Amino acid sequence: MAPNDTGIGASVRRREDYRFLTGQGTYTDDINRPNQTYAWIVRSPHAHATIKSVDTKAAKAAPGVIAVYTGEDFKAINGLPCGWLVHSRDGKPMIEPKHPILAHGKVRHVGDPVAVVIAETKAQARDAAEKIAIDYAALPAAGDMKAALAPGAKPVHDEAPGNLCFDWELGDKAATDAAFSKAARVVKLDLVNNRLVPNAMEPRAAIGEYDRATGEHTLYTTSQNPHVIRLLMGAFVLGLPEHKLRVVAPDVGGGFGSKIYHYAEEAIVTWASKQVGRPIKWTAERSESFMSDAHGRDHVTHAELALDKDGKFLGFKSETLANMGGYLSTFAPCIPTYLHGTLLAGNYATPAIWTNVKAVFTNTVPVDAYRGAGRPEATFILERIIDKAARELKMDPAELRRRNYIKPEQFPYQTPVALVYDTGNYHATLDQVLKLSDAAGYEKRKAESKARGKLRGRGIASYIEACGIAPSNVVGSLGARAGLYEAANVRVNPTGNVTVFTGSHAHGQGHETTFAQVVSTMLGIPMDQVEISHGDTNRVPFGMGTYGSRSIAVGGTAIVKALDKIIAKGKKIAAHLMEAAEADIEFKDGKFTVAGTDKSTPFGAVALAAYVPHKYPLETLEPGLDETAFYDPKNFTFPAGSYVCEVEVDPETGVVEVQSFAAADDFGRLINPMIVEGQVHGGLGQGIGQALLETCVYDKDGQLQTGSYMDYTMPRADDLPSFKVAHSVTACTHNPLGVKGCGEAGAIGAPPTVINAVIDALSEYGVTHLDMPATPHRVWQAIQAAQPAKR
Amino acid sequence: MYEFAYHRPSSLADAAKLILEAGDNGKLMAGGQTLIPTMKQRLASPGTVVDLGALKDLAGIKVEGNAVAIGATTTHAAVAASKDVQAKIKALAELAEGIGDRQVRHLGTIGGSIANNDPAADYPAAVLGLGATITTNQRKIAADEFFKGLFETALKPGEIITAVGFPVPEKAAYMKFRNPASRYAIVGVFVAKTAGGVRVAVTGAGQGGVFRVPDMEKALAGNFSAKAIEGVKVAATSLNADIHASAEYRAHLIGVMARRAVTAAG
Repeated sequence: MAPNDTGIGASVRRREDYRFLTGQGTYTDDINRPNQTYAWIVRSPHAHATIKSVDTKAAKAAPGVIAVYTGEDFKAINGLPCGWLVHSRDGKPMIEPKHPILAHGKVRHVGDPVAVVIAETKAQARDAAEKIAIDYAALPAAGDMKAALAPGAKPVHDEAPGNLCFDWELGDKAATDAAFSKAARVVKLDLVNNRLVPNAMEPRAAIGEYDRATGEHTLYTTSQNPHVIRLLMGAFVLGLPEHKLRVVAPDVGGGFGSKIYHYAEEAIVTWASKQVGRPIKWTAERSESFMSDAHGRDHVTHAELALDKDGKFLGFKSETLANMGGYLSTFAPCIPTYLHGTLLAGNYATPAIWTNVKAVFTNTVPVDAYRGAGRPEATFILERIIDKAARELKMDPAELRRRNYIKPEQFPYQTPVALVYDTGNYHATLDQVLKLSDAAGYEKRKAESKARGKLRGRGIASYIEACGIAPSNVVGSLGARAGLYEAANVRVNPTGNVTVFTGSHAHGQGHETTFAQVVSTMLGIPMDQVEISHGDTNRVPFGMGTYGSRSIAVGGTAIVKALDKIIAKGKKIAAHLMEAAEADIEFKDGKFTVAGTDKSTPFGAVALAAYVPHKYPLETLEPGLDETAFYDPKNFTFPAGSYVCEVEVDPETGVVEVQSFAAADDFGRLINPMIVEGQVHGGLGQGIGQALLETCVYDKDGQLQTGSYMDYTMPRADDLPSFKVAHSVTACTHNPLGVKGCGEAGAIGAPPTVINAVIDALSEYGVTHLDMPATPHRVWQAIQAAQPAKR
Repeated sequence: MYEFAYHRPSSLADAAKLILEAGDNGKLMAGGQTLIPTMKQRLASPGTVVDLGALKDLAGIKVEGNAVAIGATTTHAAVAASKDVQAKIKALAELAEGIGDRQVRHLGTIGGSIANNDPAADYPAAVLGLGATITTNQRKIAADEFFKGLFETALKPGEIITAVGFPVPEKAAYMKFRNPASRYAIVGVFVAKTAGGVRVAVTGAGQGGVFRVPDMEKALAGNFSAKAIEGVKVAATSLNADIHASAEYRAHLIGVMARRAVTAAG
């Protein structure tokens, strides 16, 4: 196949799918090491309790048991670190309590690990675990933020007496108050962004292995960023130097953010494998995933929007409570702050914005980034309150948005909340989605639904996200304890084929295809001569991993930078081979050509010359063709778009059916449009899931009510319509591919689109707001609560 | 899963003997679609499992006069696909087609379902709604006598269901409102007009499992139409409430599903 069929812009089939679909992927649980043992984690059944005693005697004597460890054994070992420091508005640092590997003295959420049994088989480990006698004294628990903040609430951590982790603000409060004082209308809205369980298809797993002969540790783990785990666990928890710690994240079956973080089980198997002198495998059961994978969202917000008499936005303010759970997960503090507050300008030229975020400890699983991470929360607030404003003003919601969009000629645009948007065209995506969704035919469809006894509603929402995370100096000044560049190593092999080692990590995204297309295009070689390798700290030079829709924008650019070096060196070699001046060498379509002549040398011949340097400028140039690049982005990228959804509500049962969903996105240039569409579909599935189906429920005692698929509603294929997806392109201005990222968009834009449609359908009952998910029960209750005359 | 003794007897008599010997610690297994998952989760820990899978005579569908007899280990998929069931009691075939998922339907059985008497299962609504007769290795039990509360039935120790006999109704339909997460019935209503009168049976909603709605049956006896039961309210007091549906919502849905079932029955 010629490169142009597989190059940038081609919808090449995902090459990795053959092994995934034929059951030949290698996931962590597929790996078995010689003489391997198995770990079972004993978890707290209490949301909040003092551990009075732990008796492991019977467990240690049980068949097959090799070792039992408790919090006492980890007392001297550091806790799990938090990667982001947020300061409160009074300048004080956030309260950062220790997050022990195994709970010591106290448990803080259902699922908090208390002890671990290592045995010859998993069943023996589990049997023995039941013989551990733990004497708990239950404490009053805070199952939600309201309970945690109530006067007299029992502190989750003694260091945080009022359960407040930090009290943060962003924006100019005085300017915002002044804007509100001039407003012709102020629209107010209270809303909840419902808590979600990430539910990656592959549960988390980890294998720890220690080699006594070399003193090297290896951790196989389900991670989105193996180098980050090596740094966090090695340097901050166990004190293992990088050169003696290898972290391998092989095929990973979905992450959605939940596999970014460093988890206790990774440290447990790594540490304990040295103690017992044998490899240890731990694989989560699905019910453990529910109570130990970091959850997402869980915000409670009051928002206000000030408008002038023509519907121009004058100011926006919001106050949000953000649930941190029982401990601070790796990136938890940055989600409701720098990934949420900074997005509150949305797609709009609102001149004054202020937001306050209070982060709260509760007796629940830690909360961290989940697909979209902060940006869905910001988008939901804005797009719901704008919709409410349109309804109050009796204005077309599309028109109200159009009137307030940042105009194409205003880019680069400095928002009042720190970000500088480099480019975009929001009017274009709006026009595109109105056409795509057949806005003109809506009234006819509504009448047709009504004839069948159904209420039809139509919702619209726009979104913007900050992706391509992130410029290291910027995030460093905002509290990140790491840089957010990416690394790539391009190794041209002697016969001209290429292995790329990328610091990005694929766990479903299709990098092996997308990145290969970039390499194929740039080097002019067939895609099947390019291999993409990732997920092993001993192979990849370095990497910050995959999250925040950063892989193509940051990881892809690092590959491009390394390819630039390859081509530059190749020109030197080609010049020597063709006895021409280096400045006269051009590289195109896989050939080095002497400009203005028909003299050329193919890429493969240059590669061979680099490794068999018989005719080679050895005095001035090293042999070999192998280059590494690190790329630190200059700015975030800003994908944006507009979505339209139509729903039908059955007024008798409250059932909401999504009838159609149209998405118009601007992701900058597309490398593989088919993969991009797949990413949009997945994001929309999760976004519709949040809007209509998914919610994580704790009762007042902090017991998890939705601990399995019997009670936690995952979106299924028959819950979703066939999506209509379109793209427009404004190329990112600060990376060579002009790409912005596409992984999270659907999950960000869909929730307000769907809820706006449901509210539209219920508007004849006078319903103005519904919290997510809009389940049949909740919709029915809203209809019942409506004035009887309207029913 | 804990250790347990496993038996796969080749005769009904042996099965009865083995399960009697196992006492309270024994469990009969037909399709295993409830038992195995609960054992894997360590929520059930029988010392003895007696697998009925080798008793081939227990599976099969026969039309006998004005009734359809379905063997106890007949799978949901077999009932759904049966031309006889489709011809005689279409509502029953449709109900079977709507149970669980494809895997469950190909292993789960009618006998296992009604013996388990899960309050959100579908088959109890059909058995009670059609006034079926349960045949065991010891006797025949009328549907009205069979279901005794949550996960409880009239079955005695050593008693094994062999078949369920359904009278062919004049009209019947089943309407299920699914739990959005589990897709079990939050409310399932089976309505039938039979030679013995109109029957309305509700699953998913009752605190004590499947139950009949006499007020609806009376109203429908005179006028088998959705309109006839518009005014009939079911009290919420004895209905289930959980995070998915309040008792009031379930009470409301019984009305909606019953009316839709009557309309569907034609």
